[in-house]
Parts: sequence; C-alpha cells; structure tokens
Amino acid sequence: MLKKKPAACFVDNKYCPGCGHGIINRLVAEVLEEMGIYEESIGAIAVGCASLMPETFAVDCIQAQHGRAAAVAAGIKRCRPDKTVFTYQGDGDALAIGFSETMYSAIRNENITVIFVNNSNFGMTGGQMAPTTLENQKTTTTPRGRNIAETGDPLNVINMMKDLNTAYIARGSLTNNANIMKTKKYIRNAFEAQQNSEGFSFIEILSPCTTNWKMDPIKAMEHIEKNVTPVYELGVFVERGEKNA
Amino acid sequence: MEKLIIHKESCKSCRYCIENCPKGALYIKGDINEKGYPYVSVDHEKCTTCGICYNVCPDYVFEIQEREV
Repeated sequence: MLKKKPAACFVDNKYCPGCGHGIINRLVAEVLEEMGIYEESIGAIAVGCASLMPETFAVDCIQAQHGRAAAVAAGIKRCRPDKTVFTYQGDGDALAIGFSETMYSAIRNENITVIFVNNSNFGMTGGQMAPTTLENQKTTTTPRGRNIAETGDPLNVINMMKDLNTAYIARGSLTNNANIMKTKKYIRNAFEAQQNSEGFSFIEILSPCTTNWKMDPIKAMEHIEKNVTPVYELGVFVERGEKNA
Repeated sequence: MEKLIIHKESCKSCRYCIENCPKGALYIKGDINEKGYPYVSVDHEKCTTCGICYNVCPDYVFEIQEREV
C-alpha cells in the first residue's frame, strides 16, 4: 500500500510534538483529495491553535473572528453554494466564544461541515478551562481541578445537537490506528453529506494537548482512552438520511 | 516491493509510531535532527510497510514508496 502525505500538507506543521491537530489536518486533506474537491474547497478557520492550520495547509482558508467560523462558513456557502465549505475549530472557539454561532448553524441546518477539535482546554493561550474541561481536570484557571458545582458539567455539545434537524453528527478520536481510520470515515461522510445538500454535518474529534496537559504524548493518548472517552462517547449520533430523507 | 521512507527532519519525537508499530520495527537511536528532536529510524528487516506509522504520525514523517529494483 503506497502512502504519501497529501499535497495540501505542503510544509511541516507548526504544532507541538504529539499534538493531534497534525493528524486531523492530514485526514481533512486526504479526504478532500480523495473526493477530488481539494482545489475548490474553502475553510473558515478559528482562532486558537486551529489558526496555525492555514499557514501550512494549501486549501483556500479565511481566518474568522474568534468563535465565528460557523457563521463565516454559512455566509460563504450561501454566496457560493457550488463550493465545499468547512470550519476547523477548537473547543474554546466553537463552544465557549462561538457557542451561539455553532449552535445556530446547527439549528438552521446550514449546509456546511464543522470539524471540531476537542482537547478540553484553551490550548494556544496557555491551557485555561474550556467548556469541555473534565471534572477535576487541572488547568491554569482551575489549579485545584474543575469544580462542577461552580462551573457546571463538561459540555457535551453533541447531546444538545443530536435532536435537531441535522444531516450527520459523529465523534471520533485519535488514540490508535483504528480510531483514526474511523475518524477519517466520519470526515468523509460529513463532506459527502454537504455535497448532497443534506444539511449540517458536525464531526467532533477527541485530541491530545500534550503541552497544556503536561503529559508525554503516549500518556496523553492513554488519558483520552481512560478518562475522556467515557465522558464523550465515540460513534455516529445522527446517520445520513435519518432526518432529512 | 515497497519501502518505508523516513523524512527525519519532520520528526518531533512523539513516539506514536513506535507505540503503534505491530512489528516493533521503529526505534529512536538518539541522533538529533535540525529541529533538535531525536528522530525515529526503521529496521527494514522487520518492517512490513503496513502503513500504520503513516496513519498515526502527526508530522508527515513517513512515506511508503515503490522500491527501486
């Protein structure tokens, strides 16, 4: 089986060692290339570590304001319905600052694809608590661990979205080869749903943040398996054709 | 026949490939690349070019090419 990095990943990425963004960038590029739409796709990129993507990713991208990537993508798609439009966002961006934009894109069933990278903190700004931070997880703003009596439960956005009228919703992870291949399949399904004008597709990906979790990369993956996956269950939550058939 | 190529300058020494290699063909010798990371090497005798290292690598280090005859 011959393997070569996709043409869109034309230079080395700038993420920390062991960061999951590199794998997800490659999966998105592979899917766009395999579908033959890599030159006519447009990405709306979030602020945060996700914003390092356009510098090393040879697909047309727009840097959206903080949290507004889903709104920007919806605007692009309405103006240019012939293009494949996706957002690439982290959890601080999509669920804290841009929660309204993300949810209302789902509520309006906009025909866009949201790639949402969940690493359970604000990575680029130094590891502050995000809505997805787990109970008792230590971050720079919760040095004794997240107290859910004060801050509420970790936000499982797919639980909120799955009852809406959307095209495809799935959650994958990057902990091993099998999970990475499944995640790639989810991304492919999401883009295919958009191409068939089925509506809003949302892929959440559980990804390690080795620097801010202060773990070595292998331990970070084990942490996802052991502690993150039980809170954020993997799988497909809305199948294609289930709601818009 | 296929051959695993390693772009050692891209390697950031995360060791996901070593952890996931089913044949134990990958290892870190200790040599350091220009970015300052001890990069990964392959034992071609053990490697079956299954491509798992390519899939798990965040830094596009691996490539599987046709071996020149």
